[in-house]
Amino acid sequence: MTLESIFAKFPNRMREDLIPLLQMIQDEFGFLSEVTIRELGSFLNISVNKIYGVATFYDNFRFGPVGRYHIRLCHGTACHVAGASTILNELEKLLRIRSGETDKEGLFSLEVVSCLGACGLAPLVEINQEYHPALSLEAMKDIIQRLRNNEKLNYEVGS
Amino acid sequence: MKSDLENGTKEFLIQQVLLNPGRAASAKLQKELSYIARERVHRPVIYLGTATCGMVAGAGNTLEAIRAYIGENGLNAELVEVGCIGLCSAEPIMDIQLPGRSRLSFSHVTPDKVQVLLDEVINNHLPDVPVLGQYRSQIHQEWEGVPKMEDHPFFKNQQRMLLEHCGMINPVDITTYIARGGYCAFVDTITHHTPAQVCQLVDQSGLAGRGGGGYPAGKKWAITLGTVSDQRYFVCNAVESDPGSYMNRAIIESNPHRLLEAVLIASYATGATKAFVFIRKEFRLAIRRLREALEQTREYGLTGHHIFDSGVNIDIVIKEGARAFVCGEETALNNSIEGKRAMPASKPPFPAVRGLWNKPTSVNNVETLFNVPLILQNGPDWFASTGTERSKGTKLFTLSGKVRRSGTVEVPMGISFRDIIDRIGGGMNSDKAFKAIILGINSGSYIVEETLDTQVDFEALKNIGSALGSGAFVVVDEDTCMVDLARHFTAFFKKESCGKCIPCREGTARMLEIMESVTRRPGGGESLQPLERFKGVMQLRGLASVIKDTSLCSLGRSSPNAILNTLKHFKPEFDMHIFERKCPANVCRDLRVFSIDVDLCTGCTACYKKCPVDAIIGSPRNPHFIVQDKCIGCGTCYDVCKFNAVLIQ
Repeated sequence: MTLESIFAKFPNRMREDLIPLLQMIQDEFGFLSEVTIRELGSFLNISVNKIYGVATFYDNFRFGPVGRYHIRLCHGTACHVAGASTILNELEKLLRIRSGETDKEGLFSLEVVSCLGACGLAPLVEINQEYHPALSLEAMKDIIQRLRNNEKLNYEVGS
Repeated sequence: MKSDLENGTKEFLIQQVLLNPGRAASAKLQKELSYIARERVHRPVIYLGTATCGMVAGAGNTLEAIRAYIGENGLNAELVEVGCIGLCSAEPIMDIQLPGRSRLSFSHVTPDKVQVLLDEVINNHLPDVPVLGQYRSQIHQEWEGVPKMEDHPFFKNQQRMLLEHCGMINPVDITTYIARGGYCAFVDTITHHTPAQVCQLVDQSGLAGRGGGGYPAGKKWAITLGTVSDQRYFVCNAVESDPGSYMNRAIIESNPHRLLEAVLIASYATGATKAFVFIRKEFRLAIRRLREALEQTREYGLTGHHIFDSGVNIDIVIKEGARAFVCGEETALNNSIEGKRAMPASKPPFPAVRGLWNKPTSVNNVETLFNVPLILQNGPDWFASTGTERSKGTKLFTLSGKVRRSGTVEVPMGISFRDIIDRIGGGMNSDKAFKAIILGINSGSYIVEETLDTQVDFEALKNIGSALGSGAFVVVDEDTCMVDLARHFTAFFKKESCGKCIPCREGTARMLEIMESVTRRPGGGESLQPLERFKGVMQLRGLASVIKDTSLCSLGRSSPNAILNTLKHFKPEFDMHIFERKCPANVCRDLRVFSIDVDLCTGCTACYKKCPVDAIIGSPRNPHFIVQDKCIGCGTCYDVCKFNAVLIQ
């Protein structure tokens, strides 16, 4: 979908369309780039500053690309009690990135979210919309290793 | 052909059920409806719980396995995806209903169990695995020796009014919902009651807002209705951003039609012609099911223009929120719908008078709304018969943490917290002692051993200085450090503060600094020096009370609660961190001091190899030692030691 076809869905060009538009743009392009925000500004007739003001307020919006595996670690109350901090430390160590960053190869990105809403199965991470419940440190390491191996395999098959 | 049948069902349901005042009296009609409602079935029906918690537990694979089984065996059976019955710790849950027999329920159904289970049950045999239970039924033959679901300890002490259909019915099938009595309350309301009467009925029932504030819903609606305006709005708050609670999402996923019916009734009662359901974008499944359900209500003419020739117009719009904790505050939520930053405004004027686009807008929480169709169906007195003198009805909790059974539970107001843990939750899941119940971040209230016999009741909780909160119910044991938890909550508030008013924006940052100086190891940084630490701690209580008194919205006002309550209930633990620099629960990583027991150490070198800062010295087959000055307290040696020789002090 191009930017124009997204715009075409909002013929009224109202201020209330701003957040749905930003969401659709991000879903389509993965993140909000400066160019798209400028275009959006001229479409809705809202200043670019104001759009950035709204977009940076909400946690959902990103301004840079995410890795091929986007890891979202739940750090809600139940997950915290079940040891999410230890898993976060381990992940930061394994991936050599901090929360909110993407690694150099563009393979992994890490995000800490306040609650994924499966507290009965804490601690929990979500990788590319797939849930991994009741994690132990070992299981977390295995998952990362498996994803790394997969990637290597894909690369070898591809070349 | 199929569409003819569907059209037939649709006409039948509209004419014979929705628009038929004598629907309950006709036995023939009720029997026909019981087939549509799947209370009676013509062929085997297999139900699988595919709400988010089920999917997380692996229901997706089980679903594939069941499909494959049906395909391979050419089985004439219906597969129905249902929501969640609430027992998350037993997911994936599969039910099987044979014609003429009562419905059986199995827990932990992994794909490998599907074949055995279905082979046996379809052939009218009880498989040789533990059965979760069977549903009570007067019209069917019951399975011998299988306990009833309602006698299961998890369900026995609950009173399931809001959850009655959850996990039982196909959430996105409007015919089932109508056949089970759905939308009748709405149609009866718009044909028999004026909006003012509806407000009065809800007010009489004593229904209070479940989002945390506890404001009477009927009064709020009456204010909106009574405000002169050319346009009114209704907003359903389905943000549910309080970590540790997901019961609203669970009930939307399991029964979206109930929410839509409630929104329709509330819109009618407040005179709103446009209603918004504001829901977090992360609740993908809930949004999908809600959209599907909304589409069906349009087909049935239950929403839109001139509903059932009554002259009532109500449009429902689903708005996806972009995640900010403060969106749960009603004025912030309204700003977000308008496409602005979700910043709260000072009240009054309340949204009920001046809300969305400065028009009167009632904002209600999902759980509050779920009660509404029941109140109109059964009358306010029926509703008021449950609960305590001041708090009516039931309350949903998301039970999680260190209890044996976790999930979404519904209890009558007035039950004690001890009963919820012991009877419904099945007690603690290990031999560790109970420490506290955390009632959500947004209330910051703790229930401790001394207050465990308190009733679930707005007044009773206020008397012990707590608040009911949103419905998060996290049970923790002695392995949890309450000081660390208070720091975690403060960090959350600092991150989520919208930045509008100073007490919250600056105050939460200062509180976090103080909490970190307490839980972190004194390092080079100035703020971690002992004198600074004591100074901070001395001022903590004063700072907290200023934030509580002067913040604009409830988010800011509740931000210091966790710290204040920790100081109130867990002072010794706090003091231990400050004076002795020790964490009794061994959670605060920086405060742990490790040593090696020379008698137990075999010199295997496992810790020596793994230590990230080379703080362990020793040679193979000789006891090792930790150099305390180098140690960063990461605990790696403790984790790798196979001989329990590494000790935490």
